[in-house]
Amino acid sequence: MNNLLIAPVIIPLLTGMLLIIFQKNIKLQRILSLAALLATSVISVLLMNQIRDGGIQTLQLGGWEAPYGISLVGDMFSALLLLATSIVSVCCLIYAFSSIGRKQEKLYFYPLFLFLITGVNGSFLTGDLFNLYVFFEMFLIASYVLITLGGAQRQLRESLKYIFTNIIASAFFLIGVAYLYSMTGTLNLAHLSMRIAEIGQDGLITTVALLFLIVFAMKAGLLLFFWLPGSYSVPPTAIAAIFAALLTKVGIYAIFRMFTLIFYHEPQITHLFIGILAAITMVLGALGAIGFWDLRKILTYNVVISVGFIMTGLVSFTTTGLTGSIYYLIHDVLIKGLVFMIGGTIVHLTGTSDLRKISGLIRLHPQLGWMFFIAALSMVGIPPLSGFLGKVFTTQGVFESGYYWLGAIGLLASLFILYSMIKLFMNAFWGETILSVDEEKGTTKGLLFPIALLTVASVAMGIGAEAITGYVDQAAKELLNPSLYIKAVFE
Amino acid sequence: METLMVILVGILISIGTYLILSKQLLRIVLGASIVGHAVNLLLITSGGLKKGSAPLLGEKVANFTDAIPQALILTAIVINFAVTALVLVLCYRAYQSFGTDDMEQLRGDEQ
Repeated sequence: MNNLLIAPVIIPLLTGMLLIIFQKNIKLQRILSLAALLATSVISVLLMNQIRDGGIQTLQLGGWEAPYGISLVGDMFSALLLLATSIVSVCCLIYAFSSIGRKQEKLYFYPLFLFLITGVNGSFLTGDLFNLYVFFEMFLIASYVLITLGGAQRQLRESLKYIFTNIIASAFFLIGVAYLYSMTGTLNLAHLSMRIAEIGQDGLITTVALLFLIVFAMKAGLLLFFWLPGSYSVPPTAIAAIFAALLTKVGIYAIFRMFTLIFYHEPQITHLFIGILAAITMVLGALGAIGFWDLRKILTYNVVISVGFIMTGLVSFTTTGLTGSIYYLIHDVLIKGLVFMIGGTIVHLTGTSDLRKISGLIRLHPQLGWMFFIAALSMVGIPPLSGFLGKVFTTQGVFESGYYWLGAIGLLASLFILYSMIKLFMNAFWGETILSVDEEKGTTKGLLFPIALLTVASVAMGIGAEAITGYVDQAAKELLNPSLYIKAVFE
Repeated sequence: METLMVILVGILISIGTYLILSKQLLRIVLGASIVGHAVNLLLITSGGLKKGSAPLLGEKVANFTDAIPQALILTAIVINFAVTALVLVLCYRAYQSFGTDDMEQLRGDEQ
């Protein structure tokens, strides 16, 4: 029993509810929401250390024992994701202070932002399938509102598609829950894992596993990413950045959890299927990333590529591969927030997202240019930066397990990321400066600080890899050994 | 009885799918709503439809109804209700803003 586990869910939730009352007092809203997120990050660090010393932590809510009550489970994988979530959400919040605009701030931006974080943190911590659904709905509803905040025409248009897609996916999620409950009679993840290990994963259960795969693939943007480029390019930058950093990652987390804890008995069917989906995702994402001249489109297709790449580590199902995936997942949370913020700043400065109309920004904004350069190198996986380790371990794991084609596609996709980033860098930052300082549509005042914070976090993660290696290794080992999770829940 | 319920769920899901595939926004909302109801019925069926009494520990009854699907369906209905309300408001705003409720004209592939 560890009461600290509920804190990352309850702190943003209560703060968000409190902030609804103080709708007019924007200063108070800013301070309180920042304080809540900082508190969450401190708690996630504490949790990480507790898990390192004492193994997987659990909390049985209300004292009801595991299969009957609701349990919260924090293993190292969720704790690492909690920390990454806190860092990126603090940066996005600071970015929002000077970019989101008075009107949106008064339209409950801060409470909604905190509810989004509540849902994401809850999904990482819950040990119960139905509560996973509830937390999913929680951050989805917050995201429905955030995506339409402001009510511009294109926001309304894209949000309709986003919402309908997610309603259908949620309906399928519930269908999966119903089938799984009727077959096993339980919804607790640890209990489910035990029951399925006892009765064996037959054809029916594998079918349900694929149904869950479709649901989470829809949320994660694994192959079913048709809704993603439209809906991630319409909201204001701070919101788009937090979406790109977190929302697909929750889907990825759910796939990892389901296919390492519960449905791991038939990897030649389920994991191969995930591998094929990941390969197609990377190819299509790469085509999108190189094909468009729109800055936001290029960035959103880069989100798609990385989803495919993270999945390859799961497909390999080796310690090395999973270690790489976890590294890359954490790196990707930080770096996607970062590049979306930089992209948004470019659009804010120039007033257009068409790369052919932007040129030579580096002369007037050298810091922005160099930070984008670092981010781009990190995304591609150049050695001292954070993307490198993830890429090495994932590729090594995939090759170890014999999926050579998948590893090759992953490496090729990296080349396409490199190409799209070079294209972005050369067109936006190099060349003749078109706009002088006076002609620019906005300033970078207040926007550079959160970008710098995230850049530092990303570089620190690459250079200080030694410090987090122990944590990531433990996370990978826990994922590959479901009995640890089960034991922790039923103790 | 369970078989009948599953057939009903199938029929409702087909109706919902048909409506979702149409062009008008309101029909899509109705379709999504019907799919939601079908899923709720499936959830209530998932524990088996026993004709037992309430699952109270004190009452010494041998045959009782599973309470978990009822708890699940209650939560699912509330969420479904909230999302449907939100979508209806959003469709109304979109209709006001675009002057059309035809999804063909809301494709947005110009840009």
